[in-house]
Amino acid sequence: MTIRKSTAIIAAITMLAVGACSPKPPKELPPAPEGTGTDTGTNTGTGVVPGSQEDFVASVTSDRIFFGFDQYNVDAEDQATLQSQAQWLQRNPAVRVTLEGHADERGTRDYNIALGERRANAAKNYLASLGIDPSRIQVISYGKERPAALGSNEEAWAQNRRAVTVVIGR
Amino acid sequence: MSFRTTLSFALLLTAAPIAAQAQDASAPTAPAVTQTEPRETIEGQLSQERTVIAVPAFATPAVTTVAGLRTDNLGRDIAKVIADDLERSGLYAPLGPGSVRAIGMAEVTAPRFADWKARNAENVVHGFVRATGTGGFVVGCYLYDTELGSELVRQGFEIQPADWRRAAHKCADAIYSRLSGESPFFDSRVAYIAESGPKGNRIKRLAIMDSDGGNHRFITNGQALAISPRFSPDYKKIVYVSYLNNRVRVFIYDVAAGTQKLVTESGNATFAPRWSPDGRQILYSMAVGGNTDIYRVSAEGGTPVRLTTTPGIDVGGSFSPDGKKIVFESDRSGSQQLYTMNIDGSNQQRISFGGGRYATPEWSPRGDLIAFTRMGGGEFRIGVMTPTGGGVRMLTNSWQDEAPTWSPNGRVIQFFRTTAGREGKSTLWQVDLTGVNLRRLPTPQDGSDPSWGPILP
Repeated sequence: MTIRKSTAIIAAITMLAVGACSPKPPKELPPAPEGTGTDTGTNTGTGVVPGSQEDFVASVTSDRIFFGFDQYNVDAEDQATLQSQAQWLQRNPAVRVTLEGHADERGTRDYNIALGERRANAAKNYLASLGIDPSRIQVISYGKERPAALGSNEEAWAQNRRAVTVVIGR
Repeated sequence: MSFRTTLSFALLLTAAPIAAQAQDASAPTAPAVTQTEPRETIEGQLSQERTVIAVPAFATPAVTTVAGLRTDNLGRDIAKVIADDLERSGLYAPLGPGSVRAIGMAEVTAPRFADWKARNAENVVHGFVRATGTGGFVVGCYLYDTELGSELVRQGFEIQPADWRRAAHKCADAIYSRLSGESPFFDSRVAYIAESGPKGNRIKRLAIMDSDGGNHRFITNGQALAISPRFSPDYKKIVYVSYLNNRVRVFIYDVAAGTQKLVTESGNATFAPRWSPDGRQILYSMAVGGNTDIYRVSAEGGTPVRLTTTPGIDVGGSFSPDGKKIVFESDRSGSQQLYTMNIDGSNQQRISFGGGRYATPEWSPRGDLIAFTRMGGGEFRIGVMTPTGGGVRMLTNSWQDEAPTWSPNGRVIQFFRTTAGREGKSTLWQVDLTGVNLRRLPTPQDGSDPSWGPILP
């Protein structure tokens, strides 16, 4: 495999660029995994509820970071994203989050669960290093079960190798 | 389950003369009881020297209806299942009940060999179905050599109506074993994951079926993701991973009771479960803070034993059939490779050294081979190697074949095949050890994670 971290960075930058062009950042977010609480449904368009998932997504650089093939290191781009998340979490100290780890489809099922867990933990550990109480962060790995991009190509896989922060309540 | 081989066979055959008369009267038959199933597709070439075996509809001494099953219809359906089993093995070219004439009861023990030789059949299967009078059936199963005019197999099975397919599979097993010299494998079951819905939000349900896709049954309703099931050796339980309550945990599902329990209490993700050959222990993997290791615990609960400690991802694992060793995968070398260890975790040795990454090892029930998924060159392929890593042979060649599981006799491997793209989906396949007899298994929905159990008790 010749996919490297740079692919993910480019994909990540591309996504950020797309986000910057539109008034509400990642509008093209994929549907959330069943029952993970991505869509809290508490906002009806009249305003963003502080501490909600919508508030979180509107406030941070991105709700997700991306990884290279079979990688789990948090690079400078990811650190900037997680720093924005940490700032929001510090402003909303009662809020708890789930970090969902994911892998692309080009790995075997069980290994990808371990890999997704590794990625989610890498993000959790970085948030903890920024002073976020780790007990506020729970981790779940979906392995390759819940791809965000459905294609079978490098671009889609780069979007799927991700750790997503999801607000679960206070 | 009252399913026993009938020993007093001579006694059963006393009905034969009566049968010869009854048979003629039963020519027009009601629709067969076999449900419509998706056609299986065959890819790859079959052996050029497949033995032709005639399998006419089984005779009946008297047309009787028990539990909605007519003995004459059942005779044809059983012959069809036998012919399909033999065909699926890739070794035989059966002439099933749809392509050869029916037989009279008297022929069961006195075949008209000239007729079958005229059809170029080297062997002929005969049998009968008779109501027991106590709510069940007796099925007789005979195999003959048409050239020698000799009897090769004679077996009888007493069955409950719901188990009629098992009588067919046991007859097919007896024929296959006698002719090939291999151990039987048709009378066995498969647990797998039935898949439906869009790729980004698949519904995945635990399901079970016979080795030929018959008697299909969904177990879970799909509300929680279900993955990686394994039948216990006695078929009473299924260990699998459920995302119930948005956690990743190993459960043991009790098939008869319809209840499930956690294998071990932990705040961490537990996954990749496997039974020990005696069904008393369970192997699983647990991820703790980004590090995954393999554990072993009693199926009844208790304190888990940690078997691996190397930093990295140690995952999966499969017991050798003697229960003394475990093959597993680890990325401790920098990429996924296969390792063996003793069941206490000692003597860990890498066994895969070829190019690419190796995953999902499964020890053959014969003990002689380990099946695996090899990733490399943009493909996932199924292959086998010896327990020390020698004799690597690749059996499939596709974009993404994954997760081999062995037939009870260690001669056939099932796996799942995923196609690429937004509409990509997974289906169940099987291939024999020669790599040429490749077929898709019929399932009502898409399928993944097959787990083939042993010969039914």
